[in-house]
Amino acid sequence: MIKFENVGLRYGLGPEVLSDLTFQIKPNSMQFLTGPSGAGKTSLLRLMLMSLRPTRGLVTVFGKDAASITPEQLPAIRRKIGVVFQDFRLLDHLTTYENVALPLRVRGSSESSYRSDVTDLLGWVGLGERMHVLPPVLSGGEKQRVAIARALIDQPDILLADEPTGNVDPPLARRLMRLFLELHRSGTAVILATHDLGLMDQFNARRLVLNQGRLQIYD
Amino acid sequence: MTKAPEKPTPVPKPDQQVGSQPRPIIEAENFAQPPKRKGRTKRLHSGSEIVPTETIAGQALMFVIAIMSFLACLTLGTVTIINQTAHDWQSDISREVTIQIRPFDNVEMDKAVREASKIALGFEGISKVIALNDDAAAKLLEPWLGTGLNIEELPVPKLLTVTIESDAKPDFEAMREALKVNVPGSSLDDHRAWVDRLNTMAWAMVMVGISIFSLVMAATILTVIFATRGAMDSNRNVVEVLHFVGADAGFISNEFQQHFLKLGLKGAASGGAAATLLFIALGLWSSASIGTPQADQIKALFGTFSLGLSGYIGIIIVLVLIAFLTALTTRITVHRYVNSLYSYNSGGK
Repeated sequence: MIKFENVGLRYGLGPEVLSDLTFQIKPNSMQFLTGPSGAGKTSLLRLMLMSLRPTRGLVTVFGKDAASITPEQLPAIRRKIGVVFQDFRLLDHLTTYENVALPLRVRGSSESSYRSDVTDLLGWVGLGERMHVLPPVLSGGEKQRVAIARALIDQPDILLADEPTGNVDPPLARRLMRLFLELHRSGTAVILATHDLGLMDQFNARRLVLNQGRLQIYD
Repeated sequence: MTKAPEKPTPVPKPDQQVGSQPRPIIEAENFAQPPKRKGRTKRLHSGSEIVPTETIAGQALMFVIAIMSFLACLTLGTVTIINQTAHDWQSDISREVTIQIRPFDNVEMDKAVREASKIALGFEGISKVIALNDDAAAKLLEPWLGTGLNIEELPVPKLLTVTIESDAKPDFEAMREALKVNVPGSSLDDHRAWVDRLNTMAWAMVMVGISIFSLVMAATILTVIFATRGAMDSNRNVVEVLHFVGADAGFISNEFQQHFLKLGLKGAASGGAAATLLFIALGLWSSASIGTPQADQIKALFGTFSLGLSGYIGIIIVLVLIAFLTALTTRITVHRYVNSLYSYNSGGK
């Protein structure tokens, strides 16, 4: 689904923050992306999301060379990728329900076709009572779950989640992890960026470890 | 009514087509289930505008558009009034010519006046000829020679006012020649010098007005462009989120364009309505003040403050243009920003 071959990234004229990355994200796979703070986890996720261009190497997404993807083709590819941002990126003027429904709304789906899906999903992430609430009054953990629900609502082929358990307490983190595992079992490739070693130890999944811009893979 | 999930939907196979039916995400019992609501619940809908409507930048943009529209409409209305008034002056003065008969020895003035009238009326397009009588002539000279003047003792020329039918163009050269031959001491003044001067003045005023209007429109356009871009900047987060959830450039542009077109129309309509009301109020005031010296002076200079149909049509065109510009600027700005997000090939840092 996503393939990196000798990929390097530098910002401006600075040193390479990512060097010689070669790996593959297979369909229906589950992996943690970890490493110390500043190791380049977010940059690597942005490369996978095609919001950054590598300074060298080849990135292939869904069988297409990312460098050859046109702006017209990009939205269709983005729709196959669910993203949970570290800072959530919720729209503060839309309710919880509207934020989660947003990916379906921009695809032109009729509301009647997705209303029950959105309410079900919000119920499953424990936000059934917070559907009409605007994000500014939600707690960090609730915002996290809204962001996750928004990433999952259209059942992406790949889920990229940047520190998805970073703002919640350990029990909720474990519950969210089970959510991701369930998603993985239902066919989605999941990449979770985290530096919570304790959490990773509780789940058996492939680990991509970034250190000083280089990647080590533990299958 | 909010529908609480009763049971999770079956787990699909991993190879199931993505995007067809919702997959269950997690066992429902893993999260606290919301208790069923009693009574009425809020109806769920995605009715909110995707672009936030009540932002400070948006309100400020609307005010800027309203103020600039007001100024643009005011300038346009003033230019229209000046143009109309100048045209009225010109047509008033060019609907009359004057025949002057200077007193000559052995010339019987009454006979000369009759002869000159006859000659003038003989031309096509002349509706009437009025000879200024002695009393009227004395009144004309009163500011210089004082009252109690015996006009018959003075060698004062006789004046004949010749009124021309509207749209008629008599042959003044032939009339001048005929008068010269048949009425000694007569001359024809077709006010050409005055008309030329008025033409020049009116043209200059209209040109100045058009120049000011052009500058105001240019300032309006630039202000609208900068204000729209400023308002757009505050919505970058919205554009980015839409982009990352898979919205295409057309969808994002349309959302923003519609929103800013509404803002532009509201602002422009407010400004245009204020300018129109001002003109109507001035028109009513000038009508109500007829007879007072101030109103007479203003009327002499600016007419009746009536914009006329062309003025109102002009205002509507200005308003539509401003709203259109707002929407167009938004579309271009959003397109540029979205393309910068979409341009994976140019996004490397």
